[in-house]
Amino acid sequence: MNAIQIRTMARDFILKEFLPGERPENLTDSTELITDGILDSLATLKLVAYLEKSCGIEIAPDELVPENLNSIAQIANFVQSKQPST
Amino acid sequence: MTVAALHEYLEQSARRYPQTCAAVEASSGRQITYCELDALSDQVRDHLRRIGVRPADRVGICLPKSIASLAVLFGILKVGAAYVPVDSLAPPARNAFIFNDCGVRAIFVEASRAETLRCELARLAAEPCLLPLDWSDGPSPLATYLARVEAGGLAVEDESARPGPDNLAYVLYTSGSTGQPKGVMLTHRNGSSYVDWCSDILAPDENDRFSSHAPFHFDLSILDIFVPLKHGATVFLIGEELGKNPTRMASVIAERRLTVWYSTPSVLTLLVEHGSLDARDDHALRFILFAGEVFPVKHLRRLKAVVPRARYLNLYGPTETNVCTYYEIPQTIAEDRSAPFPIGRACSHVKARVIDPNGRNVPRGQEGELAISGAPVMLGYWNMPERTSAAFHVDSSGRWYRTGDVVIEGDGGVYTFRGRRDRMVKRRGYRIELGEIETALYRHPAISEVAAIARSEESGVSIKVFYASRDGHALSLIELKRFCAHNLPAYMAPDWFSHQQLLPKTSTDKIDYQHLMRME
Repeated sequence: MNAIQIRTMARDFILKEFLPGERPENLTDSTELITDGILDSLATLKLVAYLEKSCGIEIAPDELVPENLNSIAQIANFVQSKQPST
Repeated sequence: MTVAALHEYLEQSARRYPQTCAAVEASSGRQITYCELDALSDQVRDHLRRIGVRPADRVGICLPKSIASLAVLFGILKVGAAYVPVDSLAPPARNAFIFNDCGVRAIFVEASRAETLRCELARLAAEPCLLPLDWSDGPSPLATYLARVEAGGLAVEDESARPGPDNLAYVLYTSGSTGQPKGVMLTHRNGSSYVDWCSDILAPDENDRFSSHAPFHFDLSILDIFVPLKHGATVFLIGEELGKNPTRMASVIAERRLTVWYSTPSVLTLLVEHGSLDARDDHALRFILFAGEVFPVKHLRRLKAVVPRARYLNLYGPTETNVCTYYEIPQTIAEDRSAPFPIGRACSHVKARVIDPNGRNVPRGQEGELAISGAPVMLGYWNMPERTSAAFHVDSSGRWYRTGDVVIEGDGGVYTFRGRRDRMVKRRGYRIELGEIETALYRHPAISEVAAIARSEESGVSIKVFYASRDGHALSLIELKRFCAHNLPAYMAPDWFSHQQLLPKTSTDKIDYQHLMRME
């Protein structure tokens, strides 16, 4: 999966699950997800479970930190780094 | 074994178990022995004395949970001052309000947050001494800080203060209905009477390993800190980040062989639902204690199936009294039970009764307000004499704290919680005044009207905000969440927002909360 695909997938999931009714253009690649209160800890766990399932990766408990997940751009970088290089 | 001052628990254990491990930072694995913790908190005491802190002063703690913050807490008590812990991640303006409100003399603060806090304090014309601890200096920021400030300094005197049992020991701020938090003043006796009751119930010894999940500004922490340290046991400090990570918490419970766990039901639910707690069968847990909110029976049943050998206690009590009733969950929970368990009977260190608005006893079996008297009941609210007297009913039988919780007394003096008589709710163990959420959202320039309501659902309490805007358009949900994240502590964030053209009104033109409760 490339970065654009991951971004689209994460954005769609966050909008659908945690921002019902929000205009998609308001959620940018750099919107702060955790520090701006868009994802609380339970929402973060749901997002991680979704990423693991749909990207076929395993996220270690130690990796559940804001540095990896605080924006769609960071999520894409992080997920890409977890994928086996082809 | 009772003490006059809470820090004597540590001093006594340091003499008895000097080389035993007192505390472990669960995420880093760093640990400290009783002897070392006692010595480190002595150094904090000496430093505080040197900068002019005196008995009966207040000293703030704005630090992540750590060995450093634990040593700081004891150092403050050893000066004879009271500690005032806050959530270091809460909005700086709120923390500055708290520190200014109770006039702290000094504040231990994480270095990276010191400048923002200083600015917010300056806006209130407050200038307490800021003592910054820098975690980027290494894993022992307190020792590093003390070594720097104390080069060559001599102790003013090397004995700890001996405050009386009725001296102030800590001030815990809780959500206030007027929009500002209020400080609950608690004495050494308030704390020690509760700690000693815990000793009777849990019968801990030096082989026990306690969790410390709740942050220090939350009243659950009193058990976590003082009960293990009284008995020479070990406390495992679970910080903010680890405390939200169920998989890692489950590993800590299993690998560290914790024997006593204490948290809110929400955290236990998280552990069962997301922490693969059930994949482990080697628990050493003797007790699972929970408090702060109703535990949905569905989740409690699952937890009991996963950890069947532990004893389960439902503890109940507001910050003003700490735990005042308790109920042991039976070995087996009936298949068809869905009603939450009672809050139980009065603890042996308190007296409880059920009263009507005039303070008269309500007959058994009828609803009334639970009132508590005895050693653990707070002195009052900081700097709020009217709020304090309104919180108590005083008659010939004593001074009774009115909990605001409506209960029914059943057979054997067992109380069942029925609801609140005001607009305070508890979600994930935190008390939240809905009025404080409304006050914060009214500060948003685009919002003209706002009303917050709480609903009890099977999964717990959820908070819904209805609002109207000046231009009649709905605000972006991202913008609303961002505004809340920067103006309210995270635990107060609403779950839902609903835009309305106008909020429904009663005939007297007040917001019609009953109507809102019926709206979807």
